[in-house]
Amino acid sequence: MNLQADTLRKIDEVITHYPVKRSAALPLLHYVQEDQGYISSEAIEWIAARLEVQPVNVYELVTFYPMFRQKPIGRRHIKVCRTLSCAIMGGYRTCSEFQRQFSTGLGEVSPDGEVTVDFVECLASCGTAPVVMIDDELYEKVDVAKARALSEKIKAGAPIAAGKT
Amino acid sequence: MPAPEQHRLIFKHIGADGYTNDLACYQRNGGYEVLKKAVLRKPEDLMDEVKKSGLRGRGGAGFSCGVKWSLVDRKSGKPIYLVVNADESEPGTFKDRYIIYQDPHQLIEGIMISCFANRVERAFIYIRGEFPDGARILERAIAEARAAGFAGPNVLGTGYGCEVYVHRGAGAYICGEETGLIESLEGKRPYPRIKPPYFPAVLGLYMCPTIVNNVETLCHVKHIADMGGEAYSRIGTPGNTGTRILCVSGHVRRPGYYEFEVGRVTLGQLLNEVCGGPLPGRTFKAVIPGGSSAKVLRFGERYKGKRKVGAEMVEYDWGVEDIPMDFDSLAMIGSMGGSGGVIVMDDSVSMVEALGNINAFYSHESCGQCTPCREGSLWMKKITARMVRGEARPEDGALLKSVADQIAGRTICAFGEACAWPTQSFIAKFGEEFKGYAQARRTPRPDGVPELV
Repeated sequence: MNLQADTLRKIDEVITHYPVKRSAALPLLHYVQEDQGYISSEAIEWIAARLEVQPVNVYELVTFYPMFRQKPIGRRHIKVCRTLSCAIMGGYRTCSEFQRQFSTGLGEVSPDGEVTVDFVECLASCGTAPVVMIDDELYEKVDVAKARALSEKIKAGAPIAAGKT
Repeated sequence: MPAPEQHRLIFKHIGADGYTNDLACYQRNGGYEVLKKAVLRKPEDLMDEVKKSGLRGRGGAGFSCGVKWSLVDRKSGKPIYLVVNADESEPGTFKDRYIIYQDPHQLIEGIMISCFANRVERAFIYIRGEFPDGARILERAIAEARAAGFAGPNVLGTGYGCEVYVHRGAGAYICGEETGLIESLEGKRPYPRIKPPYFPAVLGLYMCPTIVNNVETLCHVKHIADMGGEAYSRIGTPGNTGTRILCVSGHVRRPGYYEFEVGRVTLGQLLNEVCGGPLPGRTFKAVIPGGSSAKVLRFGERYKGKRKVGAEMVEYDWGVEDIPMDFDSLAMIGSMGGSGGVIVMDDSVSMVEALGNINAFYSHESCGQCTPCREGSLWMKKITARMVRGEARPEDGALLKSVADQIAGRTICAFGEACAWPTQSFIAKFGEEFKGYAQARRTPRPDGVPELV
């Protein structure tokens, strides 16, 4: 495992927060995924050893929690909210538009490697539906036109204006 | 009757120009003054104030916060933990997001007062994974508070110490269930625990006594410590004290967050006046009043019965618009106040499709531990999906109801009810749409109406 020094520092620190090491499993998975892009089987073994648990105790988390993935994704991760409040305000159309813009299916890496589009459950911003997260940023009231504009910016490789909460 | 004014207690500074989420701004607005006074009091006094306030949990169940605290096992000698439920994941709910992002110190002050009152020396904020910036904001706020002596090893020089840590979830709705959350915090799959014996107040995190409170609830504690339980209990209505943040989404002109005294605003005032009524050319059809698990209400239906007003029993005959937005009234008419998420649907929405959308959510989020919930939620999703696709069989309406009726009461946690109630209530109240779905599907969806499944 080739983790950055900063990741290793965060891992050492976070383990001290808990009286039982195993509690640090989710934080370690987050840090490793942020560092590596996904959770490999090597990462599972590494985390298990670090927390002194069996690899299956880490593997069962990776397969349960929706945010962890076992394969690389595109350069940007587009997560469109699928749940009711967003859906009745047009979330399905927003999602289709992103897929169309990057000629990609759900959960795949787009052919240009730029994005992975996922349809996710409630992002807890129902009052500004439909909402989309691109990497760590939230974008509100993303109709088809706004989805197109955001896609253009991603394609141009430009940083996108920060979302507002 | 015109809608009452909002009473911004928790959301006083949310959305305000120039209000920032750093310690300096919070202190300029009186921040941590309540904690400074609280640590000079006896912990029991603070617990007493919370009991007197009548505060009910704002996460969903509406359980008395004072009672929850009083059930904590203080004789075992084990450490007591406070776990802040910041997993905010009930569809339709988005109040905690704004507290965390815009006013994190209000939450931390509420946490520290609650920890001091309960002799807690380690607290965890379990924040949903989809709030990565929220987690960073909280971590920074905790560091600021610690540096200023409001948290950490020696709070305000009293010798009392308490550390607060942020713990990120990873996208699982079931982590909002308190025992599932505890399992998750222990680094496991969030399978809810069976009660008894695993009541968190006795056998919670690491089998130690644990208090799990919602973000908004802990913010209320700060204001209770500030004004006193008596004074707080005079806000709102008897049995439903304080203020409550109502999150309105869907088909209204002005969706958003609104804070009112509990029970002082009716659903009609909220939707028609505060939120500006239905979208142009539309009429309201249905509303889910307390997050997607709450039973749906149909505009036009009436609720009749007797209710207690003071010492007397009084007859009531309400339309949807007349329902006061408090825990007891919503429970009385067969739904619930839940997490305060109000989802509004107008006459453009097909109820079969809306239920299909909800069922897909619950099927995705069932933890899979109990068979009735795991299989039931999956089959409710499959049946509604084939109704929407026009591939349903004639017996599917009855089958759907039969599946829903066999889940509630047969599971370890309340997810069983949460996933069954939407189906049961949609079929009970919009039965004609479920009977006529085959016919309805032959009519194409009107222009401009979005798909939901």
